[in-house]
Amino acid sequence: MATSTPAAPTGGQPHPASAAPPGKGGAGGGSSQQSRRNIIHRFDLKGMPYGFIAPFFLIFGAFGLYPLLYTFWISLHRVELSTMHTREWRGLANFTELLKDDLFWNALTNTFTIGVISTVPQLLMALGLAHLLNYRLRGSVFFRVAALVPYATSIGAAALVFTMLFERDFGMVNWALGAVGIDGIDWSSEKWPAQFAISTIVIWRWTGYNALLYLASMQAIPRDLYEAAAIDGASRWQQFRTVTIPGISATIIFTIVLSTIGATQLFGEPLIFGQGPNGVSGGADNQYQTLGLLLYEEGWKNYQMGRASAIAWAMFLILILIFVLQRVIGRVTSRKS
Amino acid sequence: MTTDIAPVLADAQDRTPPSRPAERRLRRALRPGAGRQHHAGPLAYVLLGFAALVSLFPLYWTMVAASTTNTRITQSPPPFLPGPNLFKNLGKAWTDAAMGQAMMNSLIVAGVIALSTVFFATLAGFAFAKLRFKGRNALLMLVIGTMMVPPQLGVVPLFMMMADLGWGQKLPSVIFPTLVSAVGVFFMRQYLKEALPDELIEAGRIDGAHSLRIFWSIVLPIARPPMAVLFMITFVHAWNDFFWPFIALDMTNPTVPVALSQLSAGYVRDQSVIMAGALLGTLPLLAMFLVFGRQIVGGIMQGAVKG
Repeated sequence: MATSTPAAPTGGQPHPASAAPPGKGGAGGGSSQQSRRNIIHRFDLKGMPYGFIAPFFLIFGAFGLYPLLYTFWISLHRVELSTMHTREWRGLANFTELLKDDLFWNALTNTFTIGVISTVPQLLMALGLAHLLNYRLRGSVFFRVAALVPYATSIGAAALVFTMLFERDFGMVNWALGAVGIDGIDWSSEKWPAQFAISTIVIWRWTGYNALLYLASMQAIPRDLYEAAAIDGASRWQQFRTVTIPGISATIIFTIVLSTIGATQLFGEPLIFGQGPNGVSGGADNQYQTLGLLLYEEGWKNYQMGRASAIAWAMFLILILIFVLQRVIGRVTSRKS
Repeated sequence: MTTDIAPVLADAQDRTPPSRPAERRLRRALRPGAGRQHHAGPLAYVLLGFAALVSLFPLYWTMVAASTTNTRITQSPPPFLPGPNLFKNLGKAWTDAAMGQAMMNSLIVAGVIALSTVFFATLAGFAFAKLRFKGRNALLMLVIGTMMVPPQLGVVPLFMMMADLGWGQKLPSVIFPTLVSAVGVFFMRQYLKEALPDELIEAGRIDGAHSLRIFWSIVLPIARPPMAVLFMITFVHAWNDFFWPFIALDMTNPTVPVALSQLSAGYVRDQSVIMAGALLGTLPLLAMFLVFGRQIVGGIMQGAVKG
C-alpha cells in the first residue's frame, strides 16, 4: 500500500496510524469478535475508496466512455437514422469520402477562422481585463460580477440578442455605424461579417470568465518578484511582461486548451444566428457552417449516422493534432529562449 | 478574498525597521510600483466601467426590446429606454413560445444534475484527496483526461442508446449523461486536499468511525462552501447546455436553450416577444447571480489557482 502511492499524503501524519485498526495491540479477549471487526475494518480501508469513486466511473463509463468508443465503430459503417440497428460495413469509406467532401473542408476552415477570430481577441482582452481587476479597486466585487454575467447567459439568449443587434436593416450596430458615416453591413449573408458577428457572441460570453481565471493566478504571484523587478529598474510594462505573464503561463495554457476545445465544438451560436433553416447549413452558402453544424446536418438532416460519427472522430483527431503541435511549438520556442 | 491578504503582508514587511534611511527611502519609492498593491487610477476605472457596460448592455437591451413593440424595435434610432409592454410580451413568450414549460424542464434538469454532480464529486473527490488505494493516481489521471474529450464525440451512440431505453425526447436523456462531472471531482479533490486536515480523519478512525461515517460527519460539513459553489456553477452549465439537449429533445418538451433556438427559427415572428423569451430564459440565472455572484466568482477563481 504505502509504496504504491508515493505521492499520497501532504501533511499531518502518514500511513501507520490509519493502518492500525482500533483495539489492535490492546487488551486480548473476545478474539473472534475482534477478528471480525478487523476484517470489516480492512475492507473499509481497502475497499471503500473504490466504492466512493465507483458512481463517477460507472455513470461516466456508461454515458461517456462507452458512446465515445462506440462512435468509432459506427463511423466504420453505414447507419441510417431511421434504421439505426442495421449496419453495413464500410471500412474507412466514411473517412475517405469526408476528405473529398468540399463541405467538410469548408466547415473545417470556418471552424478554424471563427476559432481564431474569437479566441485570440478573447484571451488578449481577458488578460487586459484581469490586469485591471488586479489593481486595488473600489467596487471590485461589482466589476468581477459584471464581467462574469455574460457567462451566465444562455447561448440561446446571447445569440438571439446579438442576432438582433447585428440585424441589417434595423440593428443597433448598423445604426451606430451609420451615425459615424459608415454604410450598413450585411452581417448575415456575407462571409467575413457573419463570422465576425458570431465571434462577437463567443467573445462576449467568455472574456470575463477567462479574465477571472487569469486574475486568480495573478494574485498567487509572490509580491517580492515585483519588488525585485522594480529594484532592477523594470517599468510597469516590463514587470507585466517579465513577471506577470510568466507567472500565469500555466493558466494561459489552460485557457488556450479550454477555448480551443470550445472553438472546435462551436454549434449554438452559428445555428441561432442563422435564424431557421439556414442555421444548420451555416448560412445560405455555408459561409459560417462549423464542424459541429455539419455533424448535426449529416446525422439528423441527412440521416447518415455513420458519416456524422466520422466527423465526430475527425474533430477529435484535429484537437489532438492541435495539442501535439502546440506542445512541439512550445518546446521548440522554450529551447530557443 | 485573496486581495485582502496583500495589505496584511505589506504591513508585516514594513514592521521590520529598515536599517538605513536610504533603504527606507528606496522601499517607500518602490511600494507603489509593486504590482497588485497599486491603487487603480482614473484610467483603470474608465476602462473597467467600459468593460462592465459592454458586459451588461446586451442584457439591458434585451429587457428594453422585450418591453416595446415589434414596430418600435425596427425603427431608427433603436429604442434605448424600456417601453410599456414588458409583461404583455413576457406573457406571450410564456405561452406561445412554451417558455413556461421550458423553464420548468430546465429547472428539473439543472437541479437534478447539480445535486448529483455535487454529491458524487464530493464522494470521489474525498477518496482521491484523502484515502489511499491502489491505482489512485492512474484513476485520477483518467478523470483529468476525460475533461479534454469533446462531448460531440459520443452523441451518435448516445442518441441510439436513449432511443433504446425509451428516453427519446424525454428529460432523462438529458439528465443521465451529465449526472457526474470530471471537473467537479477534480474541483472537490483540490479543495479537500488542503481544507481537510488528515488529523481529523485519523481522529475519526481512532474513534472507530468507518469511511462512510467519516464522509458523512466530517467531510460533508467541511466541504459545504465548495459544494455550494460547485452546485451553482454546475447549475449554470446545465441550464445553458445546448448541443446535446438540442439533439435529444424536440419542441414538444424543450429545455430553455432549445426553446430559445426555436424562437429564432420562426416559431414566433414578433421580435419583442422573442426578446421577452430570451429575457425569461436568463432571468433565473441573473437572479442567482444577484444573490450569489460573489461566491460564484470566488469559486471560479479558486478552481483556477489550484487547477
